[in-house]
Amino acid sequence: MKRVISLLLEHEPGALARVAGLFTARGYNIESLTVAPTEDPSLARMTIVTSGSDAIIEQIVKQLNKLVDVVKLRSLSDGRYLGRELMLVKVEAGTADQRNDMQRLVSIFRGRVIDVTDATYTIEMTGNSDKVDAFLLALNDVELIEVVRSGILGIGRGKKTLRI
Amino acid sequence: MILTGADIVVNCLKDEGVEYIFGYPGGAALHIYDAIYNQDAVKHILVRHEQGAAHAADGYARATGKPGVVLVTSGPGVTNTVTGLATAHMDSIPMVVITGQVPSGLIGDDAFQEVDTVGVTRPCVKHNFLVKDVKKIAETIKKAFYIATSGRPGPVVVDIPKDISAHEAEYHYPEKIEMRSYQPRTCGHGKMIKKSVELLLGAKKPIIYTGGGAILAEAEKPLTKLVDKLGYPSTSTLMGLGAIPATHPTFLGMLGMHGTYESNLAMYHCDVMLAVGARFDDRVTGDLDKFAPNARIIHIDIDPSSIGKNVAVEVPIVGDCKSVLENMLDLLEGATDSINRSEVDNWWETIKEWKAVDSLQYDTSDTVIKPQYVIQKLFEITGGDAYVTSDVGQHQMWAAQYYQFEKPRRWINSGGLGTMGFGLPAAMGVQFGFPDDLVVCVTGDASIQMCLQELSTCLQYNLPIKIVNLNNQYMGMVRQWQEFFYDRRYSHSYMDALPDFVKLSESYGHVGILVENPKDVESAIKEAISMKDRLVFIDVITDPEENVYPMIAAGKGHNEIQLKPSKSEVENRELA
Repeated sequence: MKRVISLLLEHEPGALARVAGLFTARGYNIESLTVAPTEDPSLARMTIVTSGSDAIIEQIVKQLNKLVDVVKLRSLSDGRYLGRELMLVKVEAGTADQRNDMQRLVSIFRGRVIDVTDATYTIEMTGNSDKVDAFLLALNDVELIEVVRSGILGIGRGKKTLRI
Repeated sequence: MILTGADIVVNCLKDEGVEYIFGYPGGAALHIYDAIYNQDAVKHILVRHEQGAAHAADGYARATGKPGVVLVTSGPGVTNTVTGLATAHMDSIPMVVITGQVPSGLIGDDAFQEVDTVGVTRPCVKHNFLVKDVKKIAETIKKAFYIATSGRPGPVVVDIPKDISAHEAEYHYPEKIEMRSYQPRTCGHGKMIKKSVELLLGAKKPIIYTGGGAILAEAEKPLTKLVDKLGYPSTSTLMGLGAIPATHPTFLGMLGMHGTYESNLAMYHCDVMLAVGARFDDRVTGDLDKFAPNARIIHIDIDPSSIGKNVAVEVPIVGDCKSVLENMLDLLEGATDSINRSEVDNWWETIKEWKAVDSLQYDTSDTVIKPQYVIQKLFEITGGDAYVTSDVGQHQMWAAQYYQFEKPRRWINSGGLGTMGFGLPAAMGVQFGFPDDLVVCVTGDASIQMCLQELSTCLQYNLPIKIVNLNNQYMGMVRQWQEFFYDRRYSHSYMDALPDFVKLSESYGHVGILVENPKDVESAIKEAISMKDRLVFIDVITDPEENVYPMIAAGKGHNEIQLKPSKSEVENRELA
C-alpha cells in the first residue's frame, strides 16, 4: 500500500542524501520524493511516497526519525491528508484535429496549455495522483514527447499539522 | 581569543577533556598537526595505519566509556578509517573522528588526496559534518561529541578543509548544545514499565537476555539486582558479556550461534523474555520464524528503531537501560511474593537438565594444544580480571565461551561488523585507558596479520600488551563452515606461508614465545604476564581442525542447536 510521509529537516547540504541513502541502504521502496525550503529558510520540507508492509513502514518512520537532520515527521497517510502532484506533458499537436482534441481533453481535466509551438503543446496538470494518472491514460492515442511529474506534495487536513 | 581553525580544534578537544587522539598526519591535516605540536594537554598517539587509529580509539572508548578521538588526513586517510567507523557504528561506540579535507576551493575538483568524506562515511557513522566556516568549528565539534555520546552512541565525523583550519576566528567552546532535530529520549514510559513488571511477575518460564546496550548504559548494577531479585535465568549476547557476572548463579552463558545449549533452549522455550539493550541480531535469533515461539517479549532499548525491527514485541520500552531497570526495581520492591515460585522452580529444573549436557565440554589432549584449554588457562591465571580484546573467528568465540567475564567493559570485540584486524589496535586503546592493567589480545594467525603493523606503535609507546595467537594455520571459522557446508573443500582458508611470529615480534622489538606442547601453555602465559613492561607475543600452535561447538547453523532455530559430535559419530562420518 502507498504511504505518504512528510518531514521537516534541517536545510543543510547533505540532508537529502541522508534520506535518500537510508532508503537505498535498507532496501526500502521510494516512489517519489519532493523537497524544497520552507518559509523558514533553515528548514526544508520533504514529502516521500513509499510502500511496504506495516512493519516496514514502522521501520521507515523510525529510521527517518533517527536521522540527526530530521526535525519532525508525520505519516500523512495515517490520517486524512491532501496530496497534490504537478505534471508537465509535451505532446505532438501539429494538426488542427490534434489541437482541438487536446484542448478539449485539457479543459475536461482542468489543466492548462502553457506552451505552444507549431508542432507541440505543453500542458500543465495538477491534482491528486489518480487524476494525473487518469489524464495520462486519456492521452493513450496521443504521441507523448515528454512527461515530467513532480511527485506528491502532501499536507494534513484541518488541524493536522507538521510544524515546529 | 582569536585563534586559527587548527588551534580551535585542539582547544575544543582539550576543553572536552580529551586525553588521547589516535591519528596519522597528512597534507590536509597538517595545520591541525602543527597545532598539536605546540601543546601537551592532548596527547597524540601515532599509529601505523589509519584503520589502527580508528580501532584504537574504539577500544579506548569501549574500555573507558569515554569517546575515542581520531585525527586523520583526507583521501586515503579517510578511506582507511572507514572500516573502523563501520566497526564502531555497528557496536554503537562513541567516537569523534576529525578528518582533514582538501581546501574548500578544490572540493569537487578531484584534487590530490580528495575523497567525498561526508559521502563515503555517511552509511557507517551516526552523523557527519563538513565544516565550511572557521566560526563553526567549535560548535560543530561540541555537537559531534554530544551526538556521539548521547542516545544510542556512535561515531561522528567532522571534516575540516585545509583552508578552514588556517582561517582565524574568536574561540569560544559552548558548554551545552541544544539541537531541535536531535533530542534522544532516555526516560522509559511509566505505563510500559509497569506492564513489563506485571508480565515478569506472572512468568512461568522467564528469561532475561542482555546485550551491548546494557554495557553502554552502565546498567550492570540494576541489572544484576533485578536478576537477583527475580531469581530468573539470564543470558547474554556476545556484546553483553560481563554486564551480569559470568559466575552469577542465574547466568546460563552466552546465547546465539555459538551460545550454550541451556541458554539457547531457554530462549526457545521461554514464555516471557526481557531483552535489555539487545537488538535481536541474526546471529542471536537464528531463524526468526522459529524464534521463541511462545514468548511474550519485553524490549528495553534507547533506539526506537531497534524495537520491533526483527521480532514483534509486546511491551516496548524506549529509554536508557539503566534508568528503566531502576524504575523496574522500584516497582518490584515488595512485589516479588507474587512470583509463581513452583513454576519457576520447575523451569529451573528443566534448565539444569540442559545444563548437565555440558555443551562447552571438549576433548582434552596431552599431545596437541586445544584452543579452548588455552583460554581456560588464561582465565584461571588472570582471575577473570584482564581486559580481553579479540579479532574475529573461532578464537573470538572460544574467548567468549571460555573466558568468564565478571565485569563489564572487559570484553572488547567487534561483534556487529566482525572486523578481523580489530584486536591488536583495540588492545592499544584499552592499554592507554588503563596503563597499569593487564590487556590481552586473543587472536588467530589470520586475523593478527590484518593490523600487524601496529606492533610498531606498541613499541613506540611501550604498551605491554600480551598477544595470545591461537595459531591453527587456517582461517579457522571459514574452514569450519567449509567443513560443515562445503564438503571440506577448504577453498583459500589455509595459509601456506605464515611468518615465524616469534622472530617477527622480536624484529619489532618485542618478546616472542612459541608454545607447541599443552604442558607449556600455563607457564608461557605466566611468563608473559610476569614481563610487566614488555609486549609478549605468545604463538600457540593449536589443533588445526578444532571446531567451535555448540553451533546453530545459519538459518536454523534455537531448538536445532548442534552439540559437539561424540567420537563414534566422528568416526562414522569419516568412514562414510
